[in-house]
Amino acid sequence: MLTKLVNMDRRIVFILVALAVIIPMLFPISLPVSISKPTEDLYNFIDELEEGSAIMLVFDYGPSSLAELNPMAKAILKQCFEKNVKVVGLTLYAVGTTMGSDLMKEVAEEKNAVYGEDYVFLGFRPGIELVILGMGTDIASIYENDYYETPISELPMMTDIKNYDQIELVVDLSSGSLTDAWITYANGKFNQQIAAGVTGVIISQMYPYLQTGQLIGLISGIAGAAEYENLIKAPAKGVLWINIESFVHLLIVLLVIIGNIAFFVRRTQEE
Amino acid sequence: MKRQFPLILCFVFGVVILLTQFSPHSYSKGVYEEVLNWARIITPFALIFSTITLLQTHITRIRRQTDHWQYSFLVFVGIFIMVIIGIPFGPQHPWFEWLFNNVQLPMDATMFSLLAFFIASAAYRAFRARNVEASLLLITAVIVMLGNVPVGDLIWNTLISLTPWGDTFADGSSWMKQWILDNPNLSARRGIILGVSLGVISQSIRIILGIERSYLGGGD
Repeated sequence: MLTKLVNMDRRIVFILVALAVIIPMLFPISLPVSISKPTEDLYNFIDELEEGSAIMLVFDYGPSSLAELNPMAKAILKQCFEKNVKVVGLTLYAVGTTMGSDLMKEVAEEKNAVYGEDYVFLGFRPGIELVILGMGTDIASIYENDYYETPISELPMMTDIKNYDQIELVVDLSSGSLTDAWITYANGKFNQQIAAGVTGVIISQMYPYLQTGQLIGLISGIAGAAEYENLIKAPAKGVLWINIESFVHLLIVLLVIIGNIAFFVRRTQEE
Repeated sequence: MKRQFPLILCFVFGVVILLTQFSPHSYSKGVYEEVLNWARIITPFALIFSTITLLQTHITRIRRQTDHWQYSFLVFVGIFIMVIIGIPFGPQHPWFEWLFNNVQLPMDATMFSLLAFFIASAAYRAFRARNVEASLLLITAVIVMLGNVPVGDLIWNTLISLTPWGDTFADGSSWMKQWILDNPNLSARRGIILGVSLGVISQSIRIILGIERSYLGGGD
């Protein structure tokens, strides 16, 4: 019995995980979410921006990470459109283009934001560091046209935005190491303020940059997305999914405890 | 000469760009901007080379009929369809968007979602308190896992409310997680960053001076 428990068939674990996801999805519950300081710092920074100022929202992720990063992007866009903060969207990750443009359109329709006046989507350009450095001098030298092939000189919003000097904040939503590139080149060379929204697996890598102030704020995984949705008072998928994730984490912790008890009892018996 | 010429180019451009970082002169800035422009033009060619390499790899797999070689045909189908639509019509074309939203997006998201199952299974097997190090890892993992979700604080607050320190130590689960991230994690990460940065600097100097030549590839 104990040996069976210690060497539990992984298919049983799979079924338990599936149930831990499906059941709370069918019967959603709402658990209180405490707000972390890095998330609150980003929210406050955008909240204190003047009307008409601009931020850059970078969709550096692909479909594999959309569950964690799309809720963050939506929450930030909602906050910006409500406060009349302009948003320049772009991506340094080729597969981020369709997702970025669709998501911006979706939130813009919901908040009645106008393309070219309240937001633009520039799309993708290859050469990560070169794109970041180039935009520091002249955005138009990198993006002559936006994603929809409109020359950016014809977009009313972009007439006043030439380079990072007119961008109050870059928010990099990333599933990899691209945030490091933004910090190294945009913050290091141009003193551009940077914030990040990252997937759960790379949260720990961001903490040195938070301490040094190279990141002014950080949204950490789906938990951070839920926090941000609560801050803008618009609970959505982030809140739903963090509650589901709660049950999966709880299940894993219980499995680890059961596995350890079985392991120790068996070892004692063997001795 | 086939090897010397790239080494000379690397040395000249490496030194020139390095010097431009220390000079605010307009000529220096002009050189820097010009080299950046060249680099931006060259970069897209890397995409062409990577595509050629990918195709060569799969052609070899098919020719040698290695394990699951049949799946390599799917690579050609995927590239062919996306290129046929993407190059003439652009990624904004409804067909391209449809293929992305209905084929690539669900497949990619599904592949990543499977990780949850494998991580749960791996955690069950790996997190065993066999010795002091493993116990530390286990305890840290449990604290971070619980502190990262609302149910962690719910359990903590329920248990701590049964003691006289209920109000003083509220939300202890997320507080402990944050402490781990802010202290031991931050210290270790900073050490790694410093180590990697020093390594990058020394490797860059070796490349610029032509000591490190592996980027040139083997043979003459």
